[in-house]
Amino acid sequence: MCHQSVGLIQSIIEKAGIPTTSITLCREITEQVAPPRALFVDLPFGYPLGAPNDAALQTRIILAALALLAETVPPAIIRDFGALP
Amino acid sequence: MARLSDLKLAYQMFMKAYSYRRVDWLPGARLSKPLREARVALVTSAAYFKPDQPPFDASIRGGDSSYRVLALDTALSSLGIAHRSDAFDARGIASDKNLALPLDRLKSLVEQGVIGSAAPRHFSFMGSISAPGRLIGTTAPEVARMLVEDGVDAVLLTPV
Repeated sequence: MCHQSVGLIQSIIEKAGIPTTSITLCREITEQVAPPRALFVDLPFGYPLGAPNDAALQTRIILAALALLAETVPPAIIRDFGALP
Repeated sequence: MARLSDLKLAYQMFMKAYSYRRVDWLPGARLSKPLREARVALVTSAAYFKPDQPPFDASIRGGDSSYRVLALDTALSSLGIAHRSDAFDARGIASDKNLALPLDRLKSLVEQGVIGSAAPRHFSFMGSISAPGRLIGTTAPEVARMLVEDGVDAVLLTPV
């Protein structure tokens, strides 16, 4: 449900004119809610930025999500963060 | 990997049967300046709240659609977590709030010149909202208006 909520909030902010990007831990939900841009991180629910107290990993994920802002939408995009340590 | 099949059976059955909502966001917005000049805000659904704010209300049927404003200078360690969902492991965000609301990471990226500035206000929702009518109609648009007021150029959102 968190993923639906985030996708809906994201879509509403985008509609207000601010470009948005998000993390998703669950492609199945994000594909259905279809917000503009999402970075798929292959981790369990509860760990959107990788690991607690791992500033380097958190920063890499944040930068990968922000990099999606350069991509043209529509259509909605979901990109893979890729392999995790 | 987070899959619906990781969840307890009752959640799986609910979420497979659930009809997910969408909100039209077309035509889509564009980043109007380089990231190094952009003002960035964070939005999370991790149900963080400050000690002087009421916690989210897990007893509301369909979910609590309210939000909490978290100023940039909020001490992350002071935040409470009011999440109603037991569908995820909350130990990570309990040990490091940056895991879902990376204010410290954002400040570092601003100091390094990678991001132009951090917005004065960031926002926390409680994500377990199965009836999102009020979220879509009222509270998310309020947050969008505040982000526009704050001159925010880009928003990063994180679910848990």
